[in-house]
Amino acid sequence: MPGTDSEIAIEARGVAKAFDGRAALRGVSFAARRGELLAVIGPNGAGKTTLLSILAGQLAPDAGEITRPPGEIGWVPQRAGLYRRLTVCENLRLFAHLEGIPDPDATVERMLELTALSQRRDDQVAVLSGGNQQRVNIAIGLIAQPAVLLLDEPSAGLDPRQRERVWEFVGAMAGEGTTVIFSSHNIQEAERYGQRMLVLADGEVLLDGTAEQLHAQAPEAGYRDFEEAFVAFLRERGHG
Amino acid sequence: MRWLLVKDLQILRRSPLVTALLVIYPIVIAVLIGFALSRGPSDPRVAFLNEIPDNEEFSLGEADLDKDTAKSRLCERVDCVDVETRAEAERMVRDGEVLAALIVPEDLIDKLRSLTSLNPEQPTVEVLVNEDDPLKAQLVDDRIQALITEANLIVSQQVSEQASVYLDALIKGGTFEIPLVGDTIEILGLERTADVLEALRPALPKELQPQLDEVTRFARLAEENLDVALPLLGAVAQPIEVDKQVVNAGAPSLDSFAIAVAATVTLMFVTVLLVAGALALEREENAFPRLTRNLLSRNALLAEKVLLGIGVSLIVTLVMLAGLELFVSLDWSRAALWIPAIVGGGAAFAAFGAAIGAAAREVRASSLIAFMVSLPIAFLSLVPSGTVSGFAYDAIQVVAAIFPFDAALRAFEGALESGGPSIWAALGHLAVLVVAYFALARLALRRFAA
Repeated sequence: MPGTDSEIAIEARGVAKAFDGRAALRGVSFAARRGELLAVIGPNGAGKTTLLSILAGQLAPDAGEITRPPGEIGWVPQRAGLYRRLTVCENLRLFAHLEGIPDPDATVERMLELTALSQRRDDQVAVLSGGNQQRVNIAIGLIAQPAVLLLDEPSAGLDPRQRERVWEFVGAMAGEGTTVIFSSHNIQEAERYGQRMLVLADGEVLLDGTAEQLHAQAPEAGYRDFEEAFVAFLRERGHG
Repeated sequence: MRWLLVKDLQILRRSPLVTALLVIYPIVIAVLIGFALSRGPSDPRVAFLNEIPDNEEFSLGEADLDKDTAKSRLCERVDCVDVETRAEAERMVRDGEVLAALIVPEDLIDKLRSLTSLNPEQPTVEVLVNEDDPLKAQLVDDRIQALITEANLIVSQQVSEQASVYLDALIKGGTFEIPLVGDTIEILGLERTADVLEALRPALPKELQPQLDEVTRFARLAEENLDVALPLLGAVAQPIEVDKQVVNAGAPSLDSFAIAVAATVTLMFVTVLLVAGALALEREENAFPRLTRNLLSRNALLAEKVLLGIGVSLIVTLVMLAGLELFVSLDWSRAALWIPAIVGGGAAFAAFGAAIGAAAREVRASSLIAFMVSLPIAFLSLVPSGTVSGFAYDAIQVVAAIFPFDAALRAFEGALESGGPSIWAALGHLAVLVVAYFALARLALRRFAA
């Protein structure tokens, strides 16, 4: 379960970023608590990946501040950052060594167990399915046991069974106290797995709350599903 | 950085094509260069049709020229292939079996004889060539011109020597065989003519003595001037003699130069392609953002790639040099200098490759660019002075100085042979290039993750 306000794991205040004069983020502020699963949703070009990249320290914001937890932040980019010619085990061991983890071999074994990839440990990543590649990708993000895990579109390109596996895995991480912030444009998925959601459009935060709160702020009642309510919510705010 | 190096070597091990290329390339280069150096240049094949009759012979002074002598003289610098007919000669030239055909007509000796008569005729040999490509045409022209020049020189030397014999007989007198006719005659000679006239002078009436003096003076004058003509005839036979003096002795032997070129070409392709590809792969695998976020700096990533390039180039170049040892003798006492040459050249090529990889951002594009840039630069660096205009050569020198090939080549030449250029100056040049290309690669990495 998410922690209390006093257990804020990561916080953004007034974060702004522009590329070639075009604003990607405009004064984004939010906070995520320990063990919370926060979904960042919005249409294409809303600024989701930019926000996660800034939270991960990959990009520097033009304005605003980020308060990060001490230690490592796990970052899982949308496209798996893996060496396809190395085996699962070699990928994990490489990043364990690069992270400077005291006992890399034990960490690799733990990650293999956690991702249920022990049987595929000696397979080259290139021969793994997209779902398994994503699990290795996430495992690398988790290898330094970060307090916060940032996932950019973690289920993109995966079939339903693979998605299910990934979300089981991510849910287990959050259950162990890892704060998980994930971006998605799959609204149903965000509703199902996100405990809270941050709705972004054109770089602005339109909503920071639960799925029920978004439903409540949609212009009318009686939508068939959450996606319809979300689209109506965006349209009413001029982002249709 | 150690683990990243291990990772790159693991990936190399799992890339059979690249690994095979890294192993096979230096071996192939070593074998090709080795064969070229150990076999030496071969004479071009020329079809030879000799139409001089078997019994025909021509003597010019002490030199005899018959059918066999003519062939041996003309075939000293080419590999002559005997043919029986003009049609056969034409076919061989057309089919490319020979570079050219040399046809010696049956009247060659008659015309050579005529050179010493009052009605000289120009002797002619016929050459058939197949100039189906400009390089071959140039080669044929050069070889045939050299052949004919040499033949002319031989004939003119013989003619000059024979003329000297005539002049000597004219001056000193004695027994003389008339050319072509074969009759022997007694010649008084100018010296003896003057002596006889001077001996006759007291016996002549006084009024006739001044006229006799004029004739005697003429005989003496002719004798003295014809004496001067003798060395002049020798000079005409070979008017220009070459006195070669080396003003810049910094060049190594041809063998060392060929080995240095082979080593530099190998080093260039292996290192540039490997490093450019390895760096571009970090982006293609999307590992670059992950690596540089907090695991290692961009400088450390570039340094790792340069180290990878140096390590692989060291192994590959030493394998190639060891392979060359099978064909040519290398001076292993200078092996300690090979290492800094390989490391310096490898580092500069690796930094160059890193700049290409960072700019191209894709493995295939980086390989293509590496080839497209490296190959012409290597060719330009090998253009010798004096073969192009002064301005073009200066421009080539500037371009060559900007790229690592020329400096690496000089480093190898200096390392292989004491007569080569200074290895330390070349290494200094390479060090500057390493810094410059590292900085360029670092700059290009700014847009690497985009």
